[in-house]
Amino acid sequence: MIILEDVHFAYDGLYTALRGVSLQIDEGESVAIMGSNGAGKTTLVKHLNGLLRPDKGRVILDGVDTKHYSVAELAREIGLVMQNPDHQLFLDSVEREVLFSLENLGYSKEESKIRCKQTLNHLGLEALSDRSPFTLSGGERKRVALASVLATQPRVLSLDEPTIGQDARQKETLAMMLNELNEKGKAVIVVTHDIEFVIENFPRTVAMANGRIIADGPTNSVLSNNEVIEMCSLTRPQLTETARCLHNVFPDVPERLTLMDDLEEIVVKILGGI
Amino acid sequence: MPLIEFADFSFKYLGAETLALRKINLRIEEGEYVVLTGPSGCGKTTLCRAINGLVPQFHRGYIAGNVIIDGKSTRDCSVAELATIAGLVFQQPENQLVTLNVEREIAFGPENLGVEPNEVRRRVEELIEMLDLEHLREKHPHEMSGGEQQRVAMAATLALKPKILVADEPTSNLDPQSAATILDLIAELNHRDMTVVLVEHRLDLVSKDASRVILMDKGSIVADGEPREILTMDLCQEIGVGIPKATQLYKRLKDRGIVLNKVPLTGAELATIVQEVKNG
Repeated sequence: MIILEDVHFAYDGLYTALRGVSLQIDEGESVAIMGSNGAGKTTLVKHLNGLLRPDKGRVILDGVDTKHYSVAELAREIGLVMQNPDHQLFLDSVEREVLFSLENLGYSKEESKIRCKQTLNHLGLEALSDRSPFTLSGGERKRVALASVLATQPRVLSLDEPTIGQDARQKETLAMMLNELNEKGKAVIVVTHDIEFVIENFPRTVAMANGRIIADGPTNSVLSNNEVIEMCSLTRPQLTETARCLHNVFPDVPERLTLMDDLEEIVVKILGGI
Repeated sequence: MPLIEFADFSFKYLGAETLALRKINLRIEEGEYVVLTGPSGCGKTTLCRAINGLVPQFHRGYIAGNVIIDGKSTRDCSVAELATIAGLVFQQPENQLVTLNVEREIAFGPENLGVEPNEVRRRVEELIEMLDLEHLREKHPHEMSGGEQQRVAMAATLALKPKILVADEPTSNLDPQSAATILDLIAELNHRDMTVVLVEHRLDLVSKDASRVILMDKGSIVADGEPREILTMDLCQEIGVGIPKATQLYKRLKDRGIVLNKVPLTGAELATIVQEVKNG
């Protein structure tokens, strides 16, 4: 559905952020993009909806080079929820914020109202619909920014660091919602440092460093690679760390990415003798 | 006398319908490392603002009860004076940086408070060394990575020699390795007797350093105690607080009748505990 072909980009023509990125994302896929601060992740997702245009290379949507589309046209297809909600929110009520993005894309007033209400309910924001976004907590503002994009039902949804400031329950809700979108054939792209969120919810991971993609494949194998962990400034998730430490003493324990159910069985087996 | 004391303190932001803080009673002694956690919107940030007087002096609203910081009431002590007692570090360091280079940034606070120039210079040098900022000395904050910006923001806060460091999700926007560096630094400051109040959702990163965990929900404190005790409470799941995976596995094993002799907070700790149990 979306193809990036050897995309290069430099801010002000000076600060090189992307050095030849090629990537294909299909309908219904969900992809995590990981990498250290400054690796080029945000620059990459801003190319998807035309907020940034490549200096060299192409971004192709359904076979057509996106240079032929305006940002407004791309916005109907590709939604971007930015990292800092304050860069996105500007109206004085949560409801108006969501209505604005719908009406802006040409939905009728009635249709906008219905979609707005559905989305706010879906995200547990209905009680806040009359509040000004600026009186809300950081986590709540992030959900309002998400609502304003989600309401327009884009075919591709990209989210830049959606889990920041979200508690465990909200992360679960977010994961469930993204899963529903996948099932409807929408593509979901998430930029995040949250390795546990990725392991639990994203089958594919793209790892970036210094403006390049250094690994792209099944999350399990990409995030089991020590070099990727190091180059992306990640830290090992706790359960994987446990498995690594146990492996040193009990060589039977596999030294790789480990999920809760697997580690539970491993520990039960180790302690089986007592 | 505790360093931080909330006595029946309630606060409601101007225009809000519900209280952000409800009858908070809290005493924090010198040298404690307190992690403040709870679902988003539960009042953690408001509580931080109440410690350094931004609530009620900058963020206005309805107020009841008192907050006493190092013997001073935040109702009448100026925010400038409170800043020398309780320094605040935020989630977005770039919102906090105001000058064009590291030295100026660190000197800005104490100079504004009239600290004499030699002393300012001494503090700047001390902090540049302590926070490993030498290579950034001449850099503009916008040329720095998020982790570097956060270290500079911390240095600027510490330049006022506060007794308390209040950090509101200081590592949320950082990659995990930069986050670990900042958290190690905060733990080190605590070892040097700095009192720390840290807001964080990701308890897997911070519980090992904390002496105390406070759970908040809907503007109230709902649990307060030693990390291993609080994180094994079912209340955490009930209000939507994510506990470390190692602690979660401990609970799952316990439900199956396998009781480890200690509650783990990190992956390495869990591995050690399993070995100890295995070896009797």
